[in-house]
Amino acid sequence: MELVLSTVAQGLLWAVLAIGLFITFRILDVADLTIEGTYPLGAAIAVMTISGGQSPLLAICFAFLGGCVAGAVTGFLHTKLKIPALLAGILTMIGLYSVNLRIMGKATVSILGQNTVYSFFEESMTKVMATFTVGLIVTVLVWFFCYIFFGTELGAAIRATGDNPQMIRAQGINTDVTIILGLILSNGFVAITGALLAQSNGYADVGMGTGTIVTGLASVIIGEVIFGTRSFKNWLISVVLGSIVYRGVVAFVLWLGMNPNDLKLLTAIIVAVALALPLLKSRVQKLRAKV
Amino acid sequence: MHMIEINAIEKTFNPGSVNQKRALNGLSLQLDEGDFVTVIGGNGAGKSTMLNAIAGVFPVDKGEIFINNINVTKLPEHKRAAYIGRVFQDPMMGTCAHMQIEENLSMASRRGQRPGLRWSARAKDREFFKKRLSILGLGLEERLTDRVGLLSGGQRQALTLLMATLKRPDVLLLDEHTAALDPKTAAKVLEITDQIVQENNLTTIMITHNMRDAIAHGNRLVMLDSGRVAVDIKKADYPNLSVQDLLKMFEKASGDAILSDGLLLS
Repeated sequence: MELVLSTVAQGLLWAVLAIGLFITFRILDVADLTIEGTYPLGAAIAVMTISGGQSPLLAICFAFLGGCVAGAVTGFLHTKLKIPALLAGILTMIGLYSVNLRIMGKATVSILGQNTVYSFFEESMTKVMATFTVGLIVTVLVWFFCYIFFGTELGAAIRATGDNPQMIRAQGINTDVTIILGLILSNGFVAITGALLAQSNGYADVGMGTGTIVTGLASVIIGEVIFGTRSFKNWLISVVLGSIVYRGVVAFVLWLGMNPNDLKLLTAIIVAVALALPLLKSRVQKLRAKV
Repeated sequence: MHMIEINAIEKTFNPGSVNQKRALNGLSLQLDEGDFVTVIGGNGAGKSTMLNAIAGVFPVDKGEIFINNINVTKLPEHKRAAYIGRVFQDPMMGTCAHMQIEENLSMASRRGQRPGLRWSARAKDREFFKKRLSILGLGLEERLTDRVGLLSGGQRQALTLLMATLKRPDVLLLDEHTAALDPKTAAKVLEITDQIVQENNLTTIMITHNMRDAIAHGNRLVMLDSGRVAVDIKKADYPNLSVQDLLKMFEKASGDAILSDGLLLS
């Protein structure tokens, strides 16, 4: 039971990152590698804010803002300087590695024993339950924000930008602006996950971002495959549930005795297979039609 | 006082390279309010380039473009959208497949406005959308929350046409908008086009590769050749205009006897 709750709690913390990735990968239709830098950026900002004696809540807000700035940089490189989105993300990500080291002053900073967002709840419940509660609150807040924002005129314009940029320009929308806005939001959310995880783990490490995009993709795709994409609302819920299922899969294979070092390979394979599913499906259908 | 005035615009693609192509070569054209011009011309005559120049897809090298007496020559595409309704050749281009019919319509109803933080698809617009959709006679008014991706090419093109005119544009640009449809659907979409243009007295430019359609629709006919206007006639002056007449006019104007096969066959 404890293990299940802990898995769900982790899934909820990562769900915010999955929603962030969903905004770029699905809504804007770009693979944004910036998040490999904004995830540790959020963690770095959070630990430095907390070790500076500030409130853990403020740490999350600062992390969010930091992530937003990083997203804006990628957006600027991509839209104004016409650098392909993938490369723009990589450039920001690499730059952030140095920025993160500057922020922390060294590769790893620990905040063990200091007050975190979880401390408040740990007074009245177990550590796992506190993580679960914080994860639930933040995920629900971010989820509702996204659901409402992407239903507004501006949000609809961002969704349309990823769907058909030609069409939305013909409606008078500056797609440079909508792309930058989407990247800002996405990276802000990813940084929030970084801040939450750093406080949960008790440290931030400059190398913790490696593979973030694949982890996020796994959540998004697993959610889509299992829970569907019937409507925007349904899709957004699927992403959150996908994140929880993915953590479940990770917990399960580790429980089976898998070497944690192999985890990233497994995740990469899951994502590759899931991305190839539509193609495999149509091949199978063709074969069946022949028989 | 013209609704649209194009003064000697020029556009060369890939200047200075082996692929250099002069697409617009001092093209001038004036439309009065309510003019419905059909545009024909061979491949590479500059038909689509002209529409894209008006819409601001790229800046022109020389010349000026006025819409309703506003100089739009230097405005980017998204700023000109306030004055222009567009339907593209590809039925997939004019709508968002992953979004609902209602969401597409509500975006179109705000064409040219700054998007705010109000709810996009509002319930109070629904009756208006239904009324307009019923004009199409395709039953789409009962499918407001369906994703556009579920519609056929013809349905999407009809929807795009409705979206382009939902908020009355100063100019409606139709870029071979029936070319990708089967003949029956194409005829239906053309019929809807005539209806919407007449009802709203829209100033319209319609490119077509079909000479009969060019003769049957609109009150003016323009033929482009090598990036400029070769023939520009008022339909009223030629009550019995035939395809043969058009070919003769073109020969006379361009001194070139052979049009593209596509034009001759259609």
